[in-house]
Order: sequence, then C-alpha cells, then structure tokens
Amino acid sequence: MRTRRRPGRRSQALYCPGLFPVKMSGAVPDPPAAPGSDPARKRRAHGMLKLYYGINEEEKPGEKRDPLDPCDINAARFEPELYLNKLRKDSSLAELMDQESGMVKQIRSLDSDMQTLVYENYNKFISATDTIRKMKNDFKKMEDEMDCLAANMAAITEFSARISGTLQGQHQQITKLSGVHTLLRKLQFLFELPARLNKCVSMEAFPQAVTYYTKARSVLHQYQNMPSFQGIQNDCQNIMAQLAQKLREKFHDRSSSSSELSECVELLLRLDEPAEELCDKFLSHAQSRLEEELAGLEAELGAGSDQQAPPPVNTGSTDILEFIDKGCNNFVSSLCLVIASYQDLFISCDRGTLVSGRLQDGGLASRDVPRMASGKLMEFVDRLCGRYFSLVEQRISAEKGVGDNSLLVRALDRFHRRLQAVSKVLPGSGVPARGTEIVAGAARGRLRQYLAGLKSFYLDSLTDVRQALSAPRIPGKEAPSLAEVLGGLSSAVLNQVKSVLAYVHLFTAKDVSFASKAYFRGEFCSQGVREGLVVGFIQFVCQSSQQFCESVGEKGAPSTPPALLLLLSRLCLDYESSTISYILTLADEQFLGQDQSPLTPVSVLCADAREAAQRLLNHYVKLQGLIVSQMLRKSVETRDWINTIEPRNVRAVMKRVVEDTTAIDVQVGLLYEEGVRKAQSSDSSKRTFSVYSSRQQQRYAPSYTPSPPMDQQPSNLLSNIQKLFSERIDIFSTVEFNKVSVLTGIIKISLKTLLECVRLRSFGCFGLQQIQVDCHYLQLYLWRFVTDENVVHSLLDEIVASAAHRCLDPAPMEQSVIEVICERG
Amino acid sequence: MEDDAPVIYGLEFQARALTAQTAETESIRFLVGTQSLKYDNQIHIVDFDDENKIINKNVLLHQVGEIWHISASPADKSVLTTCYSKTSDNKVITCAAMWRMPKESESGNHESPDDSSSNPQALELLCHLDNTAHGNIACVLWEPMGDGKRLISLADNHVQLWDLQESSSKAVISSSATLEGKGQLKLTSGRWSPHHNCTQVVTANDTAIRGWDIRSMRQIYCIENAHGQLVRDLDFNPNKQYYLASCGDDCKVKFWDVRNINEPVKSLEEHSHWVWSVRYNNSHDQLVLTGSSDSRVILSNMVSISSEPFGHLVDEDELSDQEDNHQDKRKEPLQDSIIATYEEHEDSVYAVEWSSADPWLFASLGYDGRLVINRVPRALKYQILL
Repeated sequence: MRTRRRPGRRSQALYCPGLFPVKMSGAVPDPPAAPGSDPARKRRAHGMLKLYYGINEEEKPGEKRDPLDPCDINAARFEPELYLNKLRKDSSLAELMDQESGMVKQIRSLDSDMQTLVYENYNKFISATDTIRKMKNDFKKMEDEMDCLAANMAAITEFSARISGTLQGQHQQITKLSGVHTLLRKLQFLFELPARLNKCVSMEAFPQAVTYYTKARSVLHQYQNMPSFQGIQNDCQNIMAQLAQKLREKFHDRSSSSSELSECVELLLRLDEPAEELCDKFLSHAQSRLEEELAGLEAELGAGSDQQAPPPVNTGSTDILEFIDKGCNNFVSSLCLVIASYQDLFISCDRGTLVSGRLQDGGLASRDVPRMASGKLMEFVDRLCGRYFSLVEQRISAEKGVGDNSLLVRALDRFHRRLQAVSKVLPGSGVPARGTEIVAGAARGRLRQYLAGLKSFYLDSLTDVRQALSAPRIPGKEAPSLAEVLGGLSSAVLNQVKSVLAYVHLFTAKDVSFASKAYFRGEFCSQGVREGLVVGFIQFVCQSSQQFCESVGEKGAPSTPPALLLLLSRLCLDYESSTISYILTLADEQFLGQDQSPLTPVSVLCADAREAAQRLLNHYVKLQGLIVSQMLRKSVETRDWINTIEPRNVRAVMKRVVEDTTAIDVQVGLLYEEGVRKAQSSDSSKRTFSVYSSRQQQRYAPSYTPSPPMDQQPSNLLSNIQKLFSERIDIFSTVEFNKVSVLTGIIKISLKTLLECVRLRSFGCFGLQQIQVDCHYLQLYLWRFVTDENVVHSLLDEIVASAAHRCLDPAPMEQSVIEVICERG
Repeated sequence: MEDDAPVIYGLEFQARALTAQTAETESIRFLVGTQSLKYDNQIHIVDFDDENKIINKNVLLHQVGEIWHISASPADKSVLTTCYSKTSDNKVITCAAMWRMPKESESGNHESPDDSSSNPQALELLCHLDNTAHGNIACVLWEPMGDGKRLISLADNHVQLWDLQESSSKAVISSSATLEGKGQLKLTSGRWSPHHNCTQVVTANDTAIRGWDIRSMRQIYCIENAHGQLVRDLDFNPNKQYYLASCGDDCKVKFWDVRNINEPVKSLEEHSHWVWSVRYNNSHDQLVLTGSSDSRVILSNMVSISSEPFGHLVDEDELSDQEDNHQDKRKEPLQDSIIATYEEHEDSVYAVEWSSADPWLFASLGYDGRLVINRVPRALKYQILL
C-alpha cells in the first residue's frame, strides 16, 4: 500500500473520521487535481467514492452504463464471484494476467487518490472543530445578556402603561381645544370676509378677493340656513356681484389690454360666469379690435389703389411688402395673441374652466367647454382670416408690374411665415393651408403675367423690327442690316426670357419659406415655369410667326414685309437649332421639378420651330416670287406685242427683275448660308450661253421653215422628248434653308409666270425678238443665283419657244445681235 | 381589278379648249379645239370606245382662227360654239361663233381615223355672236339643261345674254350687264348655275368672283379676293345649291357656300402651280377634278361638302340584317382625300372635263397637245356605288 509513504498524514486522518463524510457529501469539492490527472479519471474516482459511501448519484445522461450489470466492476451491484467466474470462463491465461495487473494498477491508483483527498481536507476539519468549540462559548454569554434585556423591557412596558393611564383625560381635552381654535379662526375669517372683500375691491385687488371668496363659498353655501351665515353670504354675494360687475365693465372696456382682459376672464370664470357667454364676449371684443386693424389695411388698400389708378407714377404709396408687413405685424400677431390667451383661458382646462366646471355641477360641462370653446375659436379665426386673405389677395392682384418681383416674393414669404405661427398656436386650422394656396395662386398669377408680358414684349419687338425695316433710309446713315436686326431681336427676347426666369426663380429660392411646399417643388417648376411659361412662350413664338403666313393673301399688298418673314424664319430656325434647347436647359437647371407629370420634349418644340421656319421661308419665297411675277405679268399683259417696234434695248422691267433679284439675294445672304449649287460652271455666262443658244436654235429651227401641219410634229416630239428627260419642275415647292434654294424658288416662280403669260398672248416678229432679248438678258444674270442653272435655262428656253409658237411671223433675231443689245443694256 | 391604263390621244397642235359633247349621253365624246397661229385650226371630235379602249377621231377644220374656248350645246349635239382669235390689221381680236358639225362627222366612229385626217371637213357656220362693240369674248356659256336657245358670253367687262332665233341662224343680245370699276376690268371665266331655274351666272375677274341674276342683270354677290391671285376657273356643284368651286393662280382650289362669302368652306392646296380648271362630277359631286400648269391633274374626293356627306344612303327597307355592318360604316362621315394624281402630261394642263355619257370617265388636255382619258379608280367607284 502506498499510504505508508505518508505515515504522519494517515494518523491525522484517522484522528477525526466523523468529519470526513460531512465534507465529502457537500457540494462537489474541488480537490486540487493531481498533476496530469484528466477529468474523466477524476470523475471515475468520485463515482467510486460515492459508491463507497452509498450516495446514489444520478447517472450522467452521456454515460450509458448499466448500473445493474453485476460484471461491471464500477457498478453498484458488482458481484465479485460472478465477475471472476466470467473472467475465468471468457479469458485466456494471458488475458487473465493482463486483467490482474490492470486491476492491481487501478487499485493502487484508487488508494493514492483516496489518500490525497484525505490529506487535502484535513486542515479544514481541524478549523471547523475549533470554530464549533468557540461558538459554544459565545452562545452561553449571549444567553445571559438576553435574559437581562427581557427583564428591562418588562419594566419599561409597565411604566409606560402607567403614564398613559394618567394622561388619558387631559389629551382628549387638548384635541377638543385645538379643534375649537381652528373653527373659531375660520369663523373669524368668515365674519371678516365682507370687510376684506370690500377692502380688496376698493384696492382693486380683484384676484385676492376672488380667491377669498372661492375659499369661503362652499362653507357659506353649506350653512346658509343659519341666519348669521346667511347675512354674511348675502353680503359677500353683493360684494362679489359688484366685483363681477366691475370686471365685466373692465372686460367691455375697449381700452383694456389683452393681458388685463385675460385676467378679467379668468376671474369671471372662477366666479362661475357661464363659459360660453364669456367666450362669445371675449371673441367679439377681440374681433372688434382685429376688425379695426383690418379696416386699417382695407383703407390702405383702397387708398393705394386709388392713388395708383390716376397717377401711375405714384405707385410707391405703399408697396406690397409694406402692406403685408403691416398686416403681419398688426393683424396676424394680435390674432396669435388672442388665440393664445383664449386657449389659455378656455381650452387648456387645468385652470379656471375646470374649477368652474367642477362647481357647476358635474364634469359634463367641463368636458364640453373646451370643445365648444375651440369650435368657436375656429370659426372666429376662419372668419377673420377669410377677410384678411381677401384683402391680401386684392393687394396681390393689384401687383401688375412685369418687372422685378423680389418685393412680392419677400412679401409672400413674410405672409407665409407669419401664418406658420398661427398654425403653431392653433394646430388643425385651415388657415395656413389657405395661406399657402394664396401664395401658390399668386405665383400662378405671376407666371401668367410674365407669359403675357413676354408675349407682348415679343410682339412689341416685332413691331420695332418692322418699323426699323420699313423706315425710310436716312441719307448718310446706314440702315441697320438684317443680321443686326435679327441679332438684336433674338438677344433682346432671350434676355427678356432670362430675366423673367430669374424673377420667377425667386419663388423657389432656398430662404423663402414656402419654397419647400409641394406645389413649389413640383407643379410650379414643371407645369408652371417649364410648361406654362417657357414652353408656352416658345409655342407662342412659333404660332405667331405662322400667323404671318396666314394673314397674307390680300392681293397686291402683302400685310407683312417680306424681310420680316425672312427674319422670322431665321429666328425660328435659330430657335430650332439652339435657342430652344438652351432656354429649356436653363429652365430645367434652375427649376428642378420633382414632379412626374409629362413634359413637352425638346424635340417636339424644335419640330414646331422648324415647321414654322419652313413655312415662313416658303411664304417668303412665294411672296417675293409673287412681287416679281406681278411685274412680269403686267409687263406682258399690257404690251401690244404684235405692233411693237424692233427691240433696241432690254425692257426696263427685266432690269428691274434682275435688280430685285439681286436685292433679294443680298437680303437672304445676310441671314442664310450660301447653299450648294449643282456643278456650277466657273466660266460664267459665256459657256452656258453657247449651250443655251445652240439649244435654242435647234429648238425652234423647224418652226420657221414653212411646213405642213403634220410636219410640225417632229418639233413637238422633240420638245416632248426633251421634257421627258428633263426633270419635272415643281414651281411652288418647299425650299431648303439656304440662299440658293430660296433664290431658285423665287426665280422659278417668276419665270413660270412669264411663261404662262407669254402663252396667252400673240406676238409679232418684233415681239418675239423682244422676248428673245429679254430672256437672254435674264439668262445672263439669273443663272448665278440658282441651284441648278439648267432650271433657268429650260424655263427660259420654254418661254422663247412658246413665244415663237405664239408668233404670227416668227423671224428670230440673230444671236449676235441679241448679245450686243444685252451687253449694251 | 387593275385600274385601266390612261388612254392618250395626241394632237398635232397645242390646244387649250376642251369640252364634253354635252347633249350626247350614249357615247363618250369630247371636243378639242386647237391653237395655231400659222395653220388652219381644227376641232377634234374624240370618241372613246370604252369596250375596245379605242379612240376614234374626227377632225373638222376651223379656219377662222385659234380656239380659246369651246362649248357644246346641251340640246343639239351637232351644235357648238367657239371663242377664237383672229388677226386683222395687226390686231388680235377674239370673237365667238356658233357652228354646226357636218352630219356624218357626228358619228365619227364609223370612219377610220386615216380617212378623216386626209380630207378634213369644215364646220358649218350658224352665226356669229356679233359684238365688235363690246370687245373680246372670253367664253360662251350655254344655258344648262336648256333647249339650246340661250347663251351667255363674257366679253371684257360685259355679261351678255343672247337669244337664238330662226333656228339658231341669228343671235340677238336680249340683255347685258357691265361691270364697272376703276382700271381695265376683264372677265376671265364664268359658269351658268344649273340651280334656281338657271337664273344665276357667276363670273371671275382678277381675284374676285361675282354672282349675277340674269333676270335683272344685276350683281347679287361678290367675293372680293376670293383667291390671292387671279381666279382661273369656276364650277357649280350640280347637286347642291349654293356650292361653288373656284381655282386660281395661288395654287388653291376653294369651295364656297355663296350664302356666306366671307370665307371658303374648304380650301385645297395640292398643286404646285396655278390651277387652271376645276370640274365637279355631274352625278357624284364629291369627285372634283382639277388641272394645273404644274402638268398635273388631281382627282379629289370632297365627300364632306358633297351632297352625300355620309356616302350613298340606302333606304332602310333595302337593308337586310346581314348588311348591318355595312350600315354602320356608312353612318360615320367620310374623310376628304386626294384620290389620285395623274402625271401623264408633260406641259401645263389647261382644261379638264368629265364625260357627259360615263360619269366615271374624264379627259384632260395639256398644252403639249395631249388629250388623256382616265377613269375613276374602280375601288372608289364601288365604294361610292355600294
């Protein structure tokens, strides 16, 4: 046995065996673990110890060991015989030997474990025995002291019983006396009350009086059947009635301030005046004062508009900011004051109302009073604000100028801000909402005015342009060129748009209180400014320009000068190419609407503008063509072509046509680009001329060699074949946005007119020659203006051919003579 | 269901005057007058054989001068008038005369074209509308649906009503009206209304359209500035009173209700040059034909201002149940539209005419001497008929 190695310790352990099981059965002790021991082993050791002492600990759920297995050496029902038999039966000799040595090993280790445990707990056993011994001593001492204490307490109890027995009678008397004393004091108060009240009233210390009275009131009420009290009560009531009367007078007095008023009301309420009546009175009083202020505003409005009407210069009598300021400072602030004191008095029921309500038989009244009172207040506020708003609206609508509206915006801002104060005092009121509506309405109105202003500005500038164009040229002073006029017009309009946008932008400035409202963040930006103002204006520009196309058609006298048409066409084209997108971008940047409503896309506006430009230019071409055509037509119709003299000159009208065409060319060239020509011959007239003349000769050669009618067919056939291959010429057709195309259109119209007129006349020999000369002259000068000079050539050919057909005596002039005449002209 | 190709007839001369043979209702026949200063002018009687698509022509000589206007008597198919110009003393004057066609040429289809061209016959002169005092006659109008006894001529600024006497051998001015005004006023064209017992005539001068009552010979209305430029032609709606079409140099065709002359009922701008001629179809007045110097002929369907704005109305009784869907379709007003643009001409088209025999057939005459006969597209024809 290994225990022998520690003999001293074993002897100590044996010294007090009784303590050993006590210690072991307690909470699981934490024996200092032997170095290298693992928890499983420790547990097993515990288990075995427990078994030894008969403590049946419950099995841990994890360990599946049958405690009843008799062969389990650790189990409770271990039967050594069975185990040995089994071992012997089952195992071979070597196994048995192993088993035996294992067993020995286990026994040894168990032994040493047990020794360790005993050793570890030994000290504790010793100290425990010491403590118990000491406790025994102490308890003995304490027992003695307790006995002494009990004896003392008994003595005290006895004494105190004796004292209270003797004092019993006197105590009752004292209580009674003190009761009488308080009663007397109360009575004294009551008897003195009328005098005090009088004094208070005379000193005008009304609150004091009311406090006294309310204190005494219930008592007096209770004892009113006793004559003396009744007297006092009557006196008091009289005094209080006087007091109430005085208060009412003060209440009705217009001069009393609102704080005095509210004091009055509070006191009256405490004196059981009916709350409803008071509300009404209070409100009517407030109303009369507020109405005075409104009347002041109204007078100002009337005076302002009166003054504004006759002398428009004197608009500054009261500007809108001043007006709104006044309204805010006077009306709105006193309204707020009234609301606040009213709410203090009647609605926040902790005070007077509740007191009176409680006295006035039951809580029903007290609950109804705030509701009734707030209802009245709402009605009152709505009524007054309605009037105020109508005044403000009138004033705003009087604000008509299209210029700077910063004053208006500031005024609206102040107006709106002040109304927020009302909403703070009086939540749930519709007043601020209406105020916001007014602001939004004013903003809408401004937008409309600005749009109208822009439109009229545009029309005015057009009128100016018109005048500038039609003004007689002052000698020595160069008339402004078309391009300058256009530049001036477009920049003026653009600047106006920009400044209007800037004005309107004030409405959404950050420091403006209403800018954060939903309307101003959404609808105002997208629908109001972008759609209403900007898009509306652009559309107006397009439409108004189209009207210029439609208004014409009166014969001879076009209502619009052609230069204006040209200018507007260029303006619309510029709008299409850049200005529209510029303006819209500007608007979109400044007014970033958060509104999802559909917006007119830029492309639609551009298409509008382009269409307008196209129509204007087409109309310009038509108009100019018409002017030239009229000249040509008159010249053909009025002349007697049969009896005309031999041509010596180009007719003046042709020179005029060329001059006009050149003028138009210059005019268009100021605004439109050159455009593309078809294969232009650099060798100007000479080369084309030869082509022209050869073709021409070829053309009517057959017609002046006499031949039977059927033989004329080849010439017709020839011209028809030629026509088959030449392109069909659309006379009044859409032109492109360039100078050459415009000029081509005008020349085509003019020449076609000449052709048709020639076909309606009959010509003599010299008539035909004159036409030849004229056509040659036109050919010399007109080719340079057109896209495709072949168009001019074929039309002129046609004219000469037609004239030859219509000639009674077709003897064409020599080409060289024609050239000479033309050069001389 | 292919539409028929246009049939083209070529003349040797340039021509402006075209009319349908109004009294002829059996065969399709047009009269064309040529313009030539140097040769004898002709009147071509163009017969169109619809079944064989063959044109038969008959040429009559009109030796007095080039023909500016031609119109056929509504009563006697052998009688016609021409306005022609002749040169005398280095002056051109325009006269009018009434002619009778030789008997055999009336039925020109019996002869072969080759024969007739070899020896053209001459017209038989009935009488001159003698008005040397009153200037140049621009056009002659027959009384519509009349007995061929009354004519109106427009000469410079005069409107003259003629009575034919002694079996058309003598014409007498029974009444006349003169258009007064500053400047030289010249009536350019006119039309005799088939409505109101044929008591109204409308004329055009410059940009104005004027209506006349021929009983009193007074002006009854005047549309100033009806067109931006010259008014070239007029026509009355044959089925709807007061409705009038006009066309002019502003490339527009306008439709007027003469009870409200302030603005046109409708205005078309489809041509790209002057419109020289406008004609309502005689039976189906939604069909309007215009010819222009842009060499195009345009057939429009102006159903919204026609006498049948809801299409051809069928009696309720005739509609059986299975045709309900048809009925629904007819209830909605039809849209005006351009039916077709004809581009067979190479030069200005100065005259268009509907056939008097076949309401679906029309002819147009270009300055290139081409007479083109076209038909209304079949689809449209059936749409109108059914």
